[in-house]
Amino acid sequence: MVRRNTVVGNIDWVTVVIYIILVFLGWVNIYSAVYNEDSQGIFDISQRYGKQLVWIGAALVLAFFIIIIESRFYVFFGYLIYGIMLLLLISVLIFGTEVNGARSWFIIGGFGFQPGEFTKFATALALAKYISQYNFKMYRLKSLAIIGFIIFFPALLIFLQHDTGSALVYTVFILVLYREGLTGVVLFFILLVVVLFILALVISNTAILVFMLVISFLSFYIIHQKFKDLWKVVGVFGLIVAIVWGIGVFFNLQFTNVSVLLIGSVISALVFLGLSIRKRLHKISLLIVIFFGSLLFTISVGHVFENVLQEHQQARIKELLGIESDPLGAGYNVNQSKIAIGSGGFLGKGFLNGTQTKFNFVPEQSTDFIFCTVGEEWGFLGAFTVITLFIFLFIRLIWLAERQRSVFSRVYGYSVATILFFHFMVNIGMTIGLMPVIGIPLPFFSYGGSSLWSFTILLFIFLRLDANRLDRIL
Amino acid sequence: MENLVRRQYIISGIILLTAMVFVAKLFRLQVLSSAYVQYATNNVLRKVVQYPARGLIYSRNGKLLVYNKAAYDLLVTPRELGSFDTLSLCNMLNISVDYLASEIKAAKKYSYYKPSIIVTQISSEDYAYFQEQLYKYPGFYVQPRTLREYPRSIAAHILGYISEASQELINKDNYYNPGDYTGATGIEKKYERYLRGEKGVKYFLVDVHSRQKGSYENGKRDVPAIVGENIITTIDMGLQEYAESLMQNKKGSIVAIEPSTGEILAMVSAPYYDPNMLVGRSRGVNYARLSTDSLKPLFNRALMAEYPPGSTFKIANSLIGLQEGAINNYTSFSCSGPASYPIRCTHDHVSPLSIQSAIRESCNPFFWNNFRLIIGNYSTTAEGYNTWRNHVLSFGFGHKLGTDLLSEMDGNVPLESFYNNIYGRRHWNAMTIRSMAIGQGELLVTPLHLANFAAVVANRGYYIVPHVVRSVQGYNSEKETLGFAKKTSSVKPEYFEVVINGMQDVVEKTSLRYTTRVQGIEVCGKTGTVQNPHGSDHSVFIAFAPKDNPKIALSVYVENGGWGSRYAAPIASLVIEKYINGSIANSRKWLEKKMLDANLLDTIQPE
Repeated sequence: MVRRNTVVGNIDWVTVVIYIILVFLGWVNIYSAVYNEDSQGIFDISQRYGKQLVWIGAALVLAFFIIIIESRFYVFFGYLIYGIMLLLLISVLIFGTEVNGARSWFIIGGFGFQPGEFTKFATALALAKYISQYNFKMYRLKSLAIIGFIIFFPALLIFLQHDTGSALVYTVFILVLYREGLTGVVLFFILLVVVLFILALVISNTAILVFMLVISFLSFYIIHQKFKDLWKVVGVFGLIVAIVWGIGVFFNLQFTNVSVLLIGSVISALVFLGLSIRKRLHKISLLIVIFFGSLLFTISVGHVFENVLQEHQQARIKELLGIESDPLGAGYNVNQSKIAIGSGGFLGKGFLNGTQTKFNFVPEQSTDFIFCTVGEEWGFLGAFTVITLFIFLFIRLIWLAERQRSVFSRVYGYSVATILFFHFMVNIGMTIGLMPVIGIPLPFFSYGGSSLWSFTILLFIFLRLDANRLDRIL
Repeated sequence: MENLVRRQYIISGIILLTAMVFVAKLFRLQVLSSAYVQYATNNVLRKVVQYPARGLIYSRNGKLLVYNKAAYDLLVTPRELGSFDTLSLCNMLNISVDYLASEIKAAKKYSYYKPSIIVTQISSEDYAYFQEQLYKYPGFYVQPRTLREYPRSIAAHILGYISEASQELINKDNYYNPGDYTGATGIEKKYERYLRGEKGVKYFLVDVHSRQKGSYENGKRDVPAIVGENIITTIDMGLQEYAESLMQNKKGSIVAIEPSTGEILAMVSAPYYDPNMLVGRSRGVNYARLSTDSLKPLFNRALMAEYPPGSTFKIANSLIGLQEGAINNYTSFSCSGPASYPIRCTHDHVSPLSIQSAIRESCNPFFWNNFRLIIGNYSTTAEGYNTWRNHVLSFGFGHKLGTDLLSEMDGNVPLESFYNNIYGRRHWNAMTIRSMAIGQGELLVTPLHLANFAAVVANRGYYIVPHVVRSVQGYNSEKETLGFAKKTSSVKPEYFEVVINGMQDVVEKTSLRYTTRVQGIEVCGKTGTVQNPHGSDHSVFIAFAPKDNPKIALSVYVENGGWGSRYAAPIASLVIEKYINGSIANSRKWLEKKMLDANLLDTIQPE
């Protein structure tokens, strides 16, 4: 009894309260989204809000059991849980049922179960266990390979289920690795890739080439700090471009302006690379390599976009970037979602008074687009409150993670915070037109037993670990 | 390690930055932009036009002539179409599979989201059955609308019919939208503005499938439809029905007017049609059938058929002669029977005759002499002719009377210039145009003109412009009685008496007394026979009754009826008896039966 009391006393009740508030708000909005005048009983199991009430009750029971289990259990069985989940993922690929194009469900007796949802906490446990082992060093090929496997193997399996959204969640572990020592250059490269990807799709080839050249020259000046050399470099580059142009005219090769610039750039880059290596200016060499990489990446974006991405994914990205607009087709969801949220105004239309969500203008309104109901019925004030609650939860989780004495708990804590954050970012970003349409749920809000339970397990294992943070055993 | 702890701020920073971007975007969407509120309203608000019930039409006695019945249009929203049993739907609605397929294709072309009408005017009988099956046909909806219904299948030509508004009308009058109905002929057209009422608007909330989800703001912005105003006609329903029955299997017309008011009691154009034929889904087929019928049932003979008035016109010439002083009550002209010149007399009678007897005997030589003297009273033929012509016009002939009936014809009383053109100025005289004396020749009148002329005589010198609508009564408004002008003839009242005595003699002292005299009613009338180059002559009769304080004046035309006393006079007498006595005396039932049974449609014998 004494021991259990200490656990209860050590639980971070602030997080628990935020969790309960979010789950409650989620249920209220599901009720409103599905509400119709024919069946109003909140316990009506035939309606989604009635079912969600059952899921919530079960989630609270689940949370209780997670809390009373010894925290060492999670550490000890980390790999085993991960292994079981991988087996489930493989078997769902073979025996699962296809729902909305994704073969990611087991349907048993009318109830659906999505193993992919539960792989997240298992991956987090496995990653925490691996990183927390004695003598772990990030920069070893073996370490990187194993970490890569732990994170991306489940992601690959989920991707094979055609559940691209859930697979993308695993990229967020990079933030956890960053906290544990992975170089910040990785974040820089991710940013670079995203920017180049968008630019490649949005602006013309000439513009992006000029943009990259200007950035490179500026970077050269920032690294090298010699104005005279900058002029020399620009001069040489200009000369090479002019020669290329001259050859083109002389031999009547019919170069376009872009190809003159491109050939000129490549030749100049090769010349400068040779010079920088001879003069041992390593940073300049790196800059030129990055320039080359970016050039290659940009050229390949178009190819990747058209051949790797599926048609509906292409359409969603084009819609997001404003390249194409089809409010009745690919853009329908987001357009209606923005209308619903936008029409909420500052104070919202009031509980149960949302017309856009209630009359089914917004698809998937109780699951992926639940935030529309918040925006429409509770207005800017309500949406702001929900975002604030989430942010408070994330910061609280990071703060909790930082206070852990054990690496395991810290890595797991960061995993929880960043996984929740990724869902939050993509889901809300999608409803307000800042992210492409990627169907992943809003934690604690979206309708669905699997997602609510998986987020509950994810969160409460960390709270259980946190309750034992003073234990040296971990 | 110390360095890595600081990375929590970078991660927290990323989270906070994301949150700030979201809040900024939400602020823009929700607070700064008002466009989304408008989009949302457009999404959910549907304006549904509420059609008012069209005004009803009553007889003069307050009996319903036209009312509304419910019918239903079938609509389809292509987006919501599921699989359904095409064949049983087609059978239920009595349409072909091809028709359904092409209509659905057209609906898809119009819009996937908005409903299109594919079958119109399903009867309530069909609908009652169909309604129970409707759940099997996702995407199909039914909307109610009203159709005209005629409890007694009479007065089709007077009432007119309604049809879909033409594009021309829609462009002209923004009240109408494509698919709206409007009066096409008759009272329905003339009184459209009263009958149609005011459309209302109802706002509904709809869901993404355009299904209605309740009223908007509890209906505060709704505008109710205002029911059309009711029309009270001057038609006597019983008389109209009786008159139509008398004209069955005949061509021709009956126009009966209440002389003191100009109210048209009955107006028949035979052959007529059942007004219910031009209602509902079979309208198109029926209309095509009626419009190609060789007997022209859609043609309103009472208003549009122009015939010479025949001997009935002798009444007009008598009055003009008296007014002009060409003759007086005692002026006599001799008659040599068939040997008379220039116009032979068709009747055997004593000679010479004064005006009263001349009317009784319809003596052609008398009226030629009378006509010759009227014109001869003036120094030139032209002056005499124009004086005569002005008198004729004052009886209502030769121009539209200005009734509330549409498509009235002018008739024809030739201008002086007409004869100048034919014969040359001063190269013609009364002798040249002597057929005008006996109502033949270029003279053309409509049955309405003649009935109106009977009313002029009955009134001793004036008429009220004939009309079919007495008053208009709105749903909540006062009864509005419509006024029609009184026109006075140029013949003074004192000249009418002797002529009327002559007309009484026609009924009581000629062979007509066996058929046309009505016990207890002093009927005054005049027969006519209109020469018909295409077949048997037309039988014409004008009459009014009773002689003093007349209640009814009428004209009867029976095409190919042979001569005036054969059909037109007996029919007129039956109409008079029916109107004044309410029923036909037993002693005259044989006559009624004979008239009802007469079939003149097959007896056109070219001469």
